[in-house]
Amino acid sequence: MKSDLKEICRDIRCDMMTCIGHLGVGHVGGCLSVTELLAVLYFEAMNIDPKRPDMPGRDRFICSKGHAGPAVYAALANRGYFDKKELLTLNQGGTNLPSHCDMNRTPGVDVTAGSLGQGFSCAVGVALGSKLSKDGATVYALVGDGESQEGQIWEAAMFAAAKKLDNLIAFTDYNKMQIDDTVENIVDIAPLAEKWAAFGWHVIDVEDGNDVEQVSAAVAHAKLGLGSGKPTMVILNTVKGCGVKWIEDLGVANHNTNVSEEQAKAAIAEIRGEA
Amino acid sequence: MEMRAVYAECLAELMEQDKRVCLLDADLAKACGTRKLYDRFPGQCFDCGIAEQNMASIGAGLSSYGFKPWIESFTPFATRRICDQIAISIAYARQNVKIVGTDPGIAAELNGGTHMSLEDIGVLRSIPGLVIVEPVDEVQLRAAMPVLGAYEGPVYLRLFRKQTPVVFDEGYRFELFKADMLREGKDLSIFVSGLLTRDCLDAVEALQAAGIDAEIINVHTIKPIDRETLIASARKTGAVLTVENHNVIGGLHSAVCEALAQEKIPVCAVGVQDRFGEVGKMPYLREVMGLRVEDIIAAAKEAVKLK
Repeated sequence: MKSDLKEICRDIRCDMMTCIGHLGVGHVGGCLSVTELLAVLYFEAMNIDPKRPDMPGRDRFICSKGHAGPAVYAALANRGYFDKKELLTLNQGGTNLPSHCDMNRTPGVDVTAGSLGQGFSCAVGVALGSKLSKDGATVYALVGDGESQEGQIWEAAMFAAAKKLDNLIAFTDYNKMQIDDTVENIVDIAPLAEKWAAFGWHVIDVEDGNDVEQVSAAVAHAKLGLGSGKPTMVILNTVKGCGVKWIEDLGVANHNTNVSEEQAKAAIAEIRGEA
Repeated sequence: MEMRAVYAECLAELMEQDKRVCLLDADLAKACGTRKLYDRFPGQCFDCGIAEQNMASIGAGLSSYGFKPWIESFTPFATRRICDQIAISIAYARQNVKIVGTDPGIAAELNGGTHMSLEDIGVLRSIPGLVIVEPVDEVQLRAAMPVLGAYEGPVYLRLFRKQTPVVFDEGYRFELFKADMLREGKDLSIFVSGLLTRDCLDAVEALQAAGIDAEIINVHTIKPIDRETLIASARKTGAVLTVENHNVIGGLHSAVCEALAQEKIPVCAVGVQDRFGEVGKMPYLREVMGLRVEDIIAAAKEAVKLK
C-alpha cells in the first residue's frame, strides 16, 4: 500500500478524471474537493481490509453527499477493493459504480446515499449499531455544505449528540458552492462551526481541506475525541474542483459538467505537474 | 384487548428472543402502546424525538449493521411524511426495517384531518420491494407478528390501535402473501382489508335476503397482493366489491383492479371518495365517508347488477 498521501491524491484525482472523461459528464467539482479526505481515510486512518470488505468491526465511511461516488470509487480502486479497469464502467448500464453510492453494488460502500441528508442519518444509525455491538469501530461520514441545508442533517446532529455517539467523526466539504449559486447566496449555512458546537459536537476547523497534511492532522486530532462522550465535526474548507484549474474556474458551474476525454487527459497532465 | 397492547406484547417477545430487534420512536411510544418496552429493553429502544425522517434513516443504518429495527408513529408521519426515507434509505437500499403506522384512515378520529391518513397505502404501494400488511383483529395480529419479524425485508404494518371486533378464531394461522377466505359464496366477491372486515361479515345476512350469496376474502397483505386467490374468486362469482378504510385511489381497490385488469369483471368500491379526512368520532366518520354496513350492502347490490 502506498503511503505518500500527496501521490495518492494525485492518483485518485487522475483516475476520477479518467472515468468521468470516459463517460463525458459527471459531478466533478464536488469529487475533486474531497480527494484529500478520501486519501487520508482510506490510506491512513481507517481500520479496513480491501480483501474483506465485510470484515466485522471494520471502520465505516459513509459518503452522505452521494454524488461524490466517482471520487469514492477512485479511492476504493486505488486501495485495492476492485480493479481500476472497472472505473471505466462508471454510470454505464449494469455497472457496479452508479453515480451515487450504492451499498448493494459496490464492494467497500457500506451505506446507500444520494437523497441528501439521509446518508448522514444512516451514518448515525451505523454509529449507534457499532456502540450496541461494542465492536470498537469508528464511523466516518461526509456531508456536503449545500446538503447541510437539509433539516434531516440537524435532526441527526441532535440525535448523535444526545446519544453520545463519540465513535462518529463527520466532515463537511465546505467548498462554498452548490448547484444554483454559492451557498452564501442561496441560504447561508454560516456560522457553521458555531452551529455544530451549539448542537453539542466537538468542532475542528481545517483552514485548507485540500492540504493533505492539514487533513491528516485534523483526523488524528478528531480521533482524540473518540470515547469523549461527544461526536466530532471536522469542517474542511475546500475548493470545488480543486486540482484542475479550468474546472475550479468554472465556479458554481462545475457541480455536474461535461468533460471530454481530451480535457480529462489535459487535466491529468496538470495534476501530474506535466502541463 | 387493544391492538396496540397485542402489538407491544408480540414485539416484546421478538425483542426477548433476539437482541438485534430494536424499536425506534418519534415521540409516540405511549400512543403506540410501546412505552413500557423502554424499561424492559433499555438497550433496544430509542426515542428519536419528533424527527421521523431521522428515525427512518437511523433504522436503515441500524439494519445495515445487522439490527432488526421497528420504527413507529401515527400513520401519516410513518408514511407520507417520510416517503423518501422509506423509498431510498430503506427500500432502495434493501434494508430490513419494519414500519408501523398506527390509527390509519378514520381511526384517527379526534385527531382530525391532519392526522387522518387516507393515502398511506397509495403512497407506499408504488415503492418496489415494500410489503404492506393490514391486520384485522388481535388474533390475526398476534399470528402475523412473528411472521413479519422473521421476514427479511421492509414491511409496512398498517395498525389500528384500539380494540377491534374479533373476526378470526383462535388457532388461525397467518400466511404472508396469502389472502384469507372468510366466507365462500357464489354471486359476489367482497375483498376487504383491515377495520371494515367485520362490517362485511355483518352485511351477509341482508345480502342473502336480497338474493346475493357473497364470498368474503380478507386481503391482509395488500402488497404483494394474492392475485391467484382474488382472480379465482372473481372468475367464480363474476362481480367484485372492494371495501377499505382508505382513498379508493391507490389502495386496495386500485390493487385489485390492477390484478383483475384482464378479467372483464365489474369491480365496485366502498372506500373514501378522494377526499381529505376531518375530525369526528367513528360513527360520524363512517357516515360521511360512506363506510357503513348499509354502504357495503348498497354497493354490493350495484356490483351484482353490473354482471
